Amino acid sequence: MFNKILIANRGEIALRIIRACKEMDIRTVAVFSEADRDSLHVRYADEAFNIGPPLARKSYLNFDNIIKAAKDAKAEAIHPGYGFLAENDAFAKTCEENDLTFIGPSADCIARAGNKSQARKMMSNLGVPVIPGSDGDISSAEQASEISENIGFPVILKASGGGGGRGMRIARDQKELIEAFAIASGEARAGFGNPDLYLEKYIVKPRHIEVQLFGDTQGNYVHMNERECSIQMRYQKLIEEAPSPLVDKELRKKLGSTAILIAQSIGYFNAGTIEFLIDDQKNYYFMEVNARIQVEHPVTELITGIDLVQQQILVAAGEKLPFKQEDISLDGWSIECRINASDPDNNFLPSPGTISDLVLPGGPGVRMDTHIYNSCEISPFYDSLIGKLIVWGQDRDMAVKRMRRALSEFQINGIQVTVPFYLKIFQDQDFIDGNFDTHFISRFLNKG
Amino acid sequence: MSPKIYKVTAPLMGTYYDKPGPGEKPFVEIGQKVKATEVVCIIESMKLFTEIRSDQSGTVKKILVENEEPVMKNQELMEIEG
Repeated sequence: MFNKILIANRGEIALRIIRACKEMDIRTVAVFSEADRDSLHVRYADEAFNIGPPLARKSYLNFDNIIKAAKDAKAEAIHPGYGFLAENDAFAKTCEENDLTFIGPSADCIARAGNKSQARKMMSNLGVPVIPGSDGDISSAEQASEISENIGFPVILKASGGGGGRGMRIARDQKELIEAFAIASGEARAGFGNPDLYLEKYIVKPRHIEVQLFGDTQGNYVHMNERECSIQMRYQKLIEEAPSPLVDKELRKKLGSTAILIAQSIGYFNAGTIEFLIDDQKNYYFMEVNARIQVEHPVTELITGIDLVQQQILVAAGEKLPFKQEDISLDGWSIECRINASDPDNNFLPSPGTISDLVLPGGPGVRMDTHIYNSCEISPFYDSLIGKLIVWGQDRDMAVKRMRRALSEFQINGIQVTVPFYLKIFQDQDFIDGNFDTHFISRFLNKG
Repeated sequence: MSPKIYKVTAPLMGTYYDKPGPGEKPFVEIGQKVKATEVVCIIESMKLFTEIRSDQSGTVKKILVENEEPVMKNQELMEIEG
């Protein structure tokens, strides 16, 4: 086992990792930018190194300064957390070259998971469903209609040259497709100077559901059930839960075994997540592999009783997984709200500032993972995530009630946070019924 | 009516950018005419880029901050004469 670990991150995840290490009697080394001198992760770690100015690329993304800190402190391993260097295969390789264990999958594996088009091909070869489509540009409306006949309507046309909704058209039948092709192609030419289009099956009421996966270096794998992450805004997850209200035993088994098949095929080890898109008929499609610990990992911890971060460290030290698939339990229900420093009354404008009058929620079934404290400064240099409020209940109804109660206890001044917005969501009947998809938030905001 | 000076202020704390990206032309320069709702600068805060728009039409008289300078909430960024 390691004697000392350097944590190449900041904020709540740096604290989370330090806490895991302390419970394992491992010494900890924090790194910090000049903007984070007074941060809790600096205070809680056994040692702390200044790695540069506030700008992330000069500090938290600076390979040389981080590796030097690890060497100077005589750390044996580096935990990257999420974001920053977590999925940077070059950094993982640099760690290997410096005889430091990177706590995560191998550099090769990170690179393979990161290549989206290659991943799509590999999934097809494995027989894992991917969203069916044209696999490249289409040249004519005739070709589009031929492909659509094969994969089934509705379909969506997208501009190869860009995004943001321009050059994007949904077609429910042949007639609509012929019309849509001309319009989308014209929009794409006007918008991006490139009329090329590609085509995908349009997923009705898509849900974002992901499977937590774990592998050791001896080739053993388990999945730890799914997380429901459909409550998103601008592709950022806001509320996550485990299990998913949509997923039944049969689908859970299918998703889990698919996730393990994918992990085996790329020689994955340590914690990882396989993301799926699921339609209203419960058809599932592979989206991507996240080769890291996720922000939302606590909801999985609360329903399985497994400390994922400690398990990451054990696996990185070469230990065998201490459990088999049949040992993984699913007990009760857990929900997480990401508390962001942004103003729900002002188009979610970022809200850096100095925190005052802070009261954090507590009581039965409540977990608050955060690095904030009274009088601490939330700087404009980093992500707006200031904490995660996680609850557990014996069923979803209890978890929802508990989250409402915990949100109402949360008090803060000096900055605006998303808590009042979540209180409204937890009163919404569709949310309470578990009846939602990835468009929920935009519909909810339009209702408002 | 005599011309009025209108001040563009920062709605949030962050880093001021006078152009959409490196190597590109600034949004506005001194002496330039701007229309109401026209983007005059960008403020980066918490990894998000917020476009700052002028509330009024007029001519840019003064630019009070440098590119990539940190700005505070409510700090004055430029003067527009309308």
